[in-house]
Amino acid sequence: MISLHIFGIDNNAMLAVVAALTGVGLVALAMWLAGLISPKSYNPQKGEAYECGIPTRGVSMTRFNVGYYLFAILFLMFDVETVFLYPWAVKARALGAEGLTAIAVFFCVLVLGLVYAWRKGALEWK
Amino acid sequence: MYDCSSITEWIHGLLGSFMPDWLVILTECVLIGVGLLLVYALLALFYIYYERKVCAAFQCRLGPNRVGPAGTCQVFADMFKMLIKELITLNHIDKFLFALAPYLVIVASMLAFAVLPWGNGLQIIDFNIGIFFLVAVSSIGVLGILLAGWSSNNKYTLIGALRSGAQMVSYELSIGLSVLTMVVFGGTMSVGGIVEQQKDLWFLFSGHIPAIIAFIIYLIAGTAETNRGPFDLPEAESELTAGYHTEYSGIHFGFFYLAEYLNLFIVSGVAALLFFGGWMPLHIPGWDGFNSVMDFIPGTIWFVGKAIALSFVIIWFKWTFPRLRIDQLLALEWKYLLPINLFNLVLMVLMVLWGLHYPLPN
Repeated sequence: MISLHIFGIDNNAMLAVVAALTGVGLVALAMWLAGLISPKSYNPQKGEAYECGIPTRGVSMTRFNVGYYLFAILFLMFDVETVFLYPWAVKARALGAEGLTAIAVFFCVLVLGLVYAWRKGALEWK
Repeated sequence: MYDCSSITEWIHGLLGSFMPDWLVILTECVLIGVGLLLVYALLALFYIYYERKVCAAFQCRLGPNRVGPAGTCQVFADMFKMLIKELITLNHIDKFLFALAPYLVIVASMLAFAVLPWGNGLQIIDFNIGIFFLVAVSSIGVLGILLAGWSSNNKYTLIGALRSGAQMVSYELSIGLSVLTMVVFGGTMSVGGIVEQQKDLWFLFSGHIPAIIAFIIYLIAGTAETNRGPFDLPEAESELTAGYHTEYSGIHFGFFYLAEYLNLFIVSGVAALLFFGGWMPLHIPGWDGFNSVMDFIPGTIWFVGKAIALSFVIIWFKWTFPRLRIDQLLALEWKYLLPINLFNLVLMVLMVLWGLHYPLPN
């Protein structure tokens, strides 16, 4: 027999909160500790962005290649469709051939989406 | 198989003997938190040492060997050095987002860390959608990286963060789909359930061809997800200084460093969970004597050992393949891994429906 939970606590949401708080605690603790023991000195030169060593020119929070947006949108589309496949995946064995034919329609739409994006040249990096 | 729940139940009973119920749960939550923190820190320290030694071995160097026996204390010295460095506040940064980014990165890795199957009775978070939860929380990390790059007021960090973001979201798709393939095979999303399904034989062997394809895709996508190896172009030193964390100093930088190593462990740990049975010992059907000998090795050692062995492979990639260009990187994901993965999913469903695989326990 396989036993699962540590301490027999089965309130997963609470445990997830505990883990998240542990992460926050780790950062806060280390920052506090560093604040205690690290040196502090002020110099206007120090506040300048390092970049690659030479003084920064212009605004840094600037416009960037649109290609990144394109891939973000493609990701969003495919990821959400993958999420929809998960509930079926758990029951794939029980649903059998009937379930497969039903999901095949959805799956074809997913593949057609990829083919469309490919044909349109959305997958080329420009 | 040794059941760690006997220890935790003993502690539970001990605490319950003199505390009210709510205080018992509070104490246990604090114990879990402290335990997580300790394991997290120790594994990060171990991984830094491990990577440096393995990299050194690949390059015919010795690696750290001066501080402590065989250089083992080097990592403690490094961590301490990071703590005593000044935290520089830059002039034109977005202070709130700049400070928020390390929290997001660390919390994402800590949540994923708590979902991993640490041993028999040592499962911390075990949602019935466990593996899905894991995929979901590990994608929070990319937000931290994007924020770090954006808020730093530095063009190089911005480009580094965008590259990192494009890479991580793209490869997340492959991770999601290969996890989906294994969910179809195992028929459950619960982490404990997946481990239990591998009681007789690990998924890599019982699911043969589709499982092996899914494993290879997972390993490639996992390497990309951790921004390592041939996929380290977000941090390409020759082009982008140090990528998205250029402007972070001291322990602020240390958090990204820590999370990077922990993500390596998490990616290998998930691979160990999905394909190598989590904490399940190596069992070969029919070899009862062999199986019972394997049962004597504790599950925690099996799990951590598998994860470390898989991390070795990922570190190996780094010194074997040259760095990819961004167009090659995106082409690899969208034109090769994604179609192969979709095809593999269909293959897996057909195999499951026709019952061509080794029968699962339930």
